[in-house]
Amino acid sequence: MKRWTGRPITRFEDNMLLRGAGRFTADLPSPKYMRFVRSPIAAGKIESCVAPEGVVMITAADLEGVGAIAPMIRKFGYVPIEQTVLARDVVRYTGEPVAAVIADSEEEAEDFADSVMLDFRPGDAVVTAAESLLARAPFIHPGMDSNVVVRTAMTTPGHQAAMAGAAHLVRAKIRSRRQSALPMETRAGHAAFDVETGRTTLTCTAQMPHLVRTAIAGLLGMDEADLRVIAPDVGGGFGQKMSLAAEYVVLVWAARKLRTTIAWVEDRRENLMASFHSRDIEIAVTGAFDADGRFLALSGDVTANVGAYAPYPNTAAVEPLMSFTELPGPYDVKEYSCAARGVITNTCVSAPYRGVARPAITLAMERLMDKAAVVIGLEPAEIRRRNLVQKFPHTTPAGLVYDDASYTETMAAALRAADVPGFRARQRDALAAGRYLGLGISTFCERTGYGSAAFAARGMDIQPGWENVDMRMDASGKVTARIGASPHGQGLRTTLAQIIADTLGITPAEVTVIHGDTDDTPYGWGTFASRSLVISGGASLIAARKIRAKLIDDAAEMLEAAAADIELGDGFARVAGTDRAVAIAAIAGAKNGFADEGFYDPLGTFSNATHIAIVEVDVGTCKVKVEKFVVAEDAGRLINPMIVDGQIHGGVAQGIANALLEEIVYDETGNILTISLADFLAPTAHEIPPIEVLHRETISAATITGAKGIGEGGTIGAPAAVLNAINDALRPLGVEIDEMPATPARIFAALQAAR
Amino acid sequence: MILDVNGHAYEVEVEPRRTLADALRKDCGLTGTHVGCEHGVCGACTVIVDGEAIRGCLMFAVQAEGAKIRTVEGLAGETLHVMQQEFERHHGLQCGFCTPGFLLLAVAALEQAPELNDAQLLDVLAANLCRCTGYQNIIKAVSAAARRMKEG
Repeated sequence: MKRWTGRPITRFEDNMLLRGAGRFTADLPSPKYMRFVRSPIAAGKIESCVAPEGVVMITAADLEGVGAIAPMIRKFGYVPIEQTVLARDVVRYTGEPVAAVIADSEEEAEDFADSVMLDFRPGDAVVTAAESLLARAPFIHPGMDSNVVVRTAMTTPGHQAAMAGAAHLVRAKIRSRRQSALPMETRAGHAAFDVETGRTTLTCTAQMPHLVRTAIAGLLGMDEADLRVIAPDVGGGFGQKMSLAAEYVVLVWAARKLRTTIAWVEDRRENLMASFHSRDIEIAVTGAFDADGRFLALSGDVTANVGAYAPYPNTAAVEPLMSFTELPGPYDVKEYSCAARGVITNTCVSAPYRGVARPAITLAMERLMDKAAVVIGLEPAEIRRRNLVQKFPHTTPAGLVYDDASYTETMAAALRAADVPGFRARQRDALAAGRYLGLGISTFCERTGYGSAAFAARGMDIQPGWENVDMRMDASGKVTARIGASPHGQGLRTTLAQIIADTLGITPAEVTVIHGDTDDTPYGWGTFASRSLVISGGASLIAARKIRAKLIDDAAEMLEAAAADIELGDGFARVAGTDRAVAIAAIAGAKNGFADEGFYDPLGTFSNATHIAIVEVDVGTCKVKVEKFVVAEDAGRLINPMIVDGQIHGGVAQGIANALLEEIVYDETGNILTISLADFLAPTAHEIPPIEVLHRETISAATITGAKGIGEGGTIGAPAAVLNAINDALRPLGVEIDEMPATPARIFAALQAAR
Repeated sequence: MILDVNGHAYEVEVEPRRTLADALRKDCGLTGTHVGCEHGVCGACTVIVDGEAIRGCLMFAVQAEGAKIRTVEGLAGETLHVMQQEFERHHGLQCGFCTPGFLLLAVAALEQAPELNDAQLLDVLAANLCRCTGYQNIIKAVSAAARRMKEG
C-alpha cells in the first residue's frame, strides 16, 4: 500500500508558476491606479497638502468616520496607539502615507503624486530607542507619558541567591540592527467595486485574508459580508504581508466611494521605506554558572525599537514580549529574571518577520554560551551539552512547556557533520599562514504551531490560533479541502494533499486544496508563525479521519466484514489479508460523496535545531566568507522532505543576510538611507554557501500529525552561528563582535579598537 | 509599434517612458514577466532580447522595436522546457515570483555558452535575487538542466 507522507513528491503549485501563468495581484488589469504621497520627514505637523486642479486626491480630511488602526493587548502596561490610515495633522515617520491620488495609469499616478504640494512644520525626530528613552525626548503619541508602549518584568524567587552564589558571572550584550523581510513581490492591492451587488473584492498580497476582511470592514464600518478578500499567488511574505497595510483600507474606501476598480502596486522604494521593518533589538544577558559551567541563573534586559505605530493584529508588543518569554531557549534555566520594553520612535512600524525576535534572542544566548565557554575553559559544544534540557515535558521559568524533542542528539549530529576536530586542525594550519577561519555553533528551540491559548496569554484582543478545514469527497472519490490558512510559497497544497491522501487511501493528485478566498474558504488565520502545516494540517487530518470513518463503515457493509478489518489504500477499501475490495470511488458514488469538517487549536510544539557555520574572515578587506553551513533539525514528522529542506535553505539564507549584510539605516533626522537594493544588500547565490541539512524526527504528542513547524527555524539559528564563527576566527586578535549585521565596516572598527 | 514576443507580433502604442517589462505586462498581457525592484538589481523582470538576457525594467519598450523578445510564456512547448522541468524536479521555486527571471537568465546563458561549468553558472545566477530558496535548489536545477541541454 503506497504511503505518501515522507515522500519528496514534486509540488502541485509548480506547473503554473513555471509557465508564467501564476496569478499575482499586480497582474490584474485596472482602469484606475492609486499612488500614495508619503511624508518626506520623520516628525512634524502637516501645514498644507494641495493637489493641482483636476487631480483626484484623498487626505485624512476626506476619511471622516474611518477608524484608526489600533490593535490592543490588555496586559503588560500596553498603551494603545492609533494610526489613522492617512496621516492626520501629524506625521511620525519618513514614508508615512499622507495622501492618495488616483489616475488612469501608474505613470500618471506617479506624476500626480509628485505634483502634490506638501508643507510641513518639522518637529524633532526621535530615531533610536536610547534617544526615545531620554527624559528630554518628546512624546511621540498624545496621551502617553513616555515613549514606552509596553513593559514587563519577572524574577523567580531564588534568582538573587543563585546569582550571588555563582562561580562565574558572564555577560553578553548584543545588538540586532533593523531589517526588512524583503519579499520579492512588493505589496499590492486591487479593489473592485461591483455596482450590481454593492460588494467590493480586494485582491491583495496578504498572508491572512480573512483577518484583512475583518479589519477593513471594521475600520470602514461596513458589513463584513460586503467585502471579499482574495490572496492569489503571493510572492513571498515572511511576515511582512501578515500585518494590515493602511494602504488597503484607503483603496477599499476609494473603490466604494468612486464605485470603480482601483489598483495600488507598491514600488521597491516604498517597500523598503514604508512597508514593515523588524528586529531593531538590544539584549543584555548575564549568565550565572557554577564551577562546572552549569547554569544557575539567567538575567535578561530587552529593548526593542518598535517604530511609530502598532501593526495589526500583533501590536507593538510582539518583539519585546517574545524575547521576554522565550529568552532561555533550549537551556535548563531554573532561576530567571528579565525586563523587556518596547519603545516608540519616529521610524517605520516594526512587525513580525520570519523568526520575529528569536534571531536576536538566539544571538544573545549563543554569544553568552561562547563567552562562558572561554571564561570557564570548556569547548563551546561541551558547555551547551551540560545545559541543554534533557527531560521532557520541561516547564520554563516563564511558563512555557517544551514537548518531546532531541536537543542533545541533534547538536551531536550537527557536530559530527561539521567534523569539528578536522576543522580545528585546518584552522590551526590556516592561522599559521595568516588566515582566520572560525566555526560557530548555534543551538535553539522554537515555539511553533501554537493556537489561540498562546495569543490569549499575551492578552491580545485578537486571538488567532485555530484552523478550520471544510472537506468534501465528491461522488467520484475526488477530494476538495478548503482551508483558512493562506500559503504563499510553502507548498501547502501539496503537503496537505499528502496527509489527506494517506488518511483516505487515495493519491495526492486526487486532492485539491483551496485557499486564499474569503468567499470560498472557512474563516481562518492565514499563514505565519510556522503554524500552517501543524494547525491546518491537523485540521485536515481531523476532517479526513471523519470521512475515513464513513468510508470504512460503508465498506464494511458492502464487503460484509467488520469495520476493524477494513484498510484503505491505493484507491480501494480492502478486507485486510484478503482480495475482497471495493473502490473508494464506488463507496463515494453510492452515497453521492461525503462532507465533513476539521477544527484544530493546539497549544503548540517546540522544534529544535543546531546550526554550524564555518567562515573565513579576510582581515585585510574585513569581508566574511561563509564556507559551509550545517543544519541538524528536528521538526517531528517530515511530510515532504523536499519542501522541508527548501524551507530551511531559504531561512538560513535570510539568517546569513541578517548576520552579514542587511540593515535598514536612518540618519539622525530620521531620514531613511537604504531605499534601494543597491543600499539594502540582499544576498545573491555568491553569498550563500552549500547548506547541509540533517533531520531527526521526534514524534511528539503535542501535534496530531507528528509534524512540528519548520518555516522560521533557518532564520532563527543562522545569525548566531555566523557571529560565533566570526568571533572564533578573530579570537587570536582579541576581537569580539556582538552586533549584526557584522559588516566589513564593523569588523574593521573592531579590529582597529583591538590594535 | 510592433513588439515581436515569442514569435507573435503585438501591436502596441506606448509612451516613450514605458519600460519593456511594463509593456510586456500591460500592453501585451504577458504577466509572467515580474517586476521586483524597477532599478535593475533583482532581475525578476529578466527576458531574452535578441539572444541576450536583459533587465526588462532597464530597457524602454521602444528600444525593443525590431528585436526578437522571449518571455517565460514562450519557454514551454507541448511539454515544459528542460529548464522548467529541472526547476520542478529540484524544488527550485517556492513562491514563484523570481522564477521566470531565473529561468530566462539561465536559458540565455546556456544557449550562448553550453559548456559553462558550475562555477561559471554560479556567477551567472548571482545576477538575480531569490528570497525563498537560498539558491541551493536553483543551482542544482540549472546544473542538471545544463547537462541535459548539452546532451540535446
